Amino acid sequence: MGQKEMANLKSGWETFDHIADIGIRGIGTTLEEAFENGARALFSLMVEDLSLVRPVHKKEVNCSSYDLTGLFVAWINSLIALADIEQMLFSSFSVTIDDHTLSGLAQGERWTRAIHQLGIEVKGATFTEAKVEFQDGVWIAQCVVDV
Amino acid sequence: MDKGKLKRISSCIWEIPQEGTMRVPGYIFANNDLLTEMDDKVMQQLTNVASLPGIVKGAMAMPDAHWGYGFPIGGVAAFDPDQGGVISVGGVGYDISCGVRCHRLGLKRQRLLPKLDELMDELFRSIPAGVGSTGKIKLSASKLDDVLRNGALWAIDKGYGTKDELEYIEERGRIKDADPSKVSKLAKDRQKKQIGTLGSGNHYLEVQYVEKIYDKECASAFGLEEDDVVVSIHCGSRALGHQIGTDYLQILGAAAKKYAIPIRERELVCAPIKSPEGSDYMKAVACGINCALANRQVLGHLARLAVQRVIPSAEFELIYDVSHNTCKVEKHEVGGKMRKLFVHRKGATRAFGPGHRELPKKYKHVGQPIFIGGTMGTCSYILAGTESGEELAWGSACHGAGRSMSRRAALKRWKGKGVINALRKQGIILKAASLRGAAEEAPDAYKDVRKVVEVTHEAGLAKKVALLKPLAVIKG
Repeated sequence: MGQKEMANLKSGWETFDHIADIGIRGIGTTLEEAFENGARALFSLMVEDLSLVRPVHKKEVNCSSYDLTGLFVAWINSLIALADIEQMLFSSFSVTIDDHTLSGLAQGERWTRAIHQLGIEVKGATFTEAKVEFQDGVWIAQCVVDV
Repeated sequence: MDKGKLKRISSCIWEIPQEGTMRVPGYIFANNDLLTEMDDKVMQQLTNVASLPGIVKGAMAMPDAHWGYGFPIGGVAAFDPDQGGVISVGGVGYDISCGVRCHRLGLKRQRLLPKLDELMDELFRSIPAGVGSTGKIKLSASKLDDVLRNGALWAIDKGYGTKDELEYIEERGRIKDADPSKVSKLAKDRQKKQIGTLGSGNHYLEVQYVEKIYDKECASAFGLEEDDVVVSIHCGSRALGHQIGTDYLQILGAAAKKYAIPIRERELVCAPIKSPEGSDYMKAVACGINCALANRQVLGHLARLAVQRVIPSAEFELIYDVSHNTCKVEKHEVGGKMRKLFVHRKGATRAFGPGHRELPKKYKHVGQPIFIGGTMGTCSYILAGTESGEELAWGSACHGAGRSMSRRAALKRWKGKGVINALRKQGIILKAASLRGAAEEAPDAYKDVRKVVEVTHEAGLAKKVALLKPLAVIKG
């Protein structure tokens, strides 16, 4: 599921306004799903059409923090670093969260200008507008990313 | 911004009176118009900065200030290590030592115009820009450590430029006390392929011409006359700087708890300058500064080669290279005494006045050059540092226009191709690695840089030297 308006949304992702940069938000019926959708929101900034990123290669991501908000920021930062180092885009994610520790898989492929119309570079996740919360029956995980 | 709490000191200076947890007042450099447009978060963030230990004189916001990460963008604050002063991640920013360098080409606009399309094709081929772009330089961990220790000096040693350029780079191209062991392996791994890359967002390479000279003496010292062509490059420390910021957000977060420093915003975490954590961060920041100086030096040289392939007779002389996201150890006079202070400038350009010992000999009588990027459709400025700026704000000035519209709103309003075509009609060539990026950076998504520069000039933070108009731009 892709970008949708917040109203009545149970699962999906969207971006939100920030004066200089941009916010990413994942929504899900579980905490894990919100984190996975937050990752999709991130990569939707880097490539014009996320559906063209094939889940060819699988990469492990592990991170931890002292609270859930910190864990979401760490998850997004881990993915940004992985994309940088491996020169990859990711479109498919699965995570398990145990307390404030995350084990995840990200699937995607190497950047290819012939296939992927590139979006903007994201340098990192920030704590601005960052929160992870259960609200009206859904989990929301969000933060502003620096572009 | 709600002006109710502010006290007007002069036409361009407003005070946030010291109250509550504040250790010093806050000062905002703005006229009535700019202050009205400024978001309330600037006041809140300045108040938080003014509450940090060891802050001296005041927490300051430049005329282009807006909501930032911990510090407002456009925030300036100095801390005294002998009075428990701190160093803060928010005061440096994520893109450590992001800055602008500007080169004069020694030719007039009219001579360039017939060659401009060819030049932009050549520059676009030569300057890696946008998501996933990598440079030709691929470094091992130990070679990257050399970059972090030696900055632009490393680049020049590798053939990217000449030694005479060093005099025209802040810190003579290399800041001391950089210790690569204080930078994580992850930060270095991210940077190995990114030296000599432009990135994206608001970073650019722009070919400009001097439309107007305001101060002939300064312009003459900077080697500029009307219609002269210059090339400006805006870029920073790329992934390395951001990863240093992310890593030290955790480390200084723990340190703030350890030293019982109240943290009012998560990105305002800090540690005493004299603590091991504060000292480590300062050494890592120095690595970030050297990385940015090396990066801009390589980019400058790649641009030089491209320009000279198209126009062999063109010069490509560096006017100056100066950063606007740093923490620097500087000596400033406070109450008649010279004190060693740690000056944070987050989205604020260092702007030393005439006579300052840091300045190149050629600029000593006029002050340091300052480059203020506007938008790719309007204009940019060259300013010069002033003595009054040193008294007012530790020798600091604005750094840009600041956005008036979010990236999402810009994306809804404009298409990348539409922005490119509209600029073409104005005679400006835009080469963009990403159409999305072109739309987000549409000129009308930014505030009017002219207002920001007028206030900077009127307040005495810096003085206007030249107005630059864009001819062609590369965006990531």
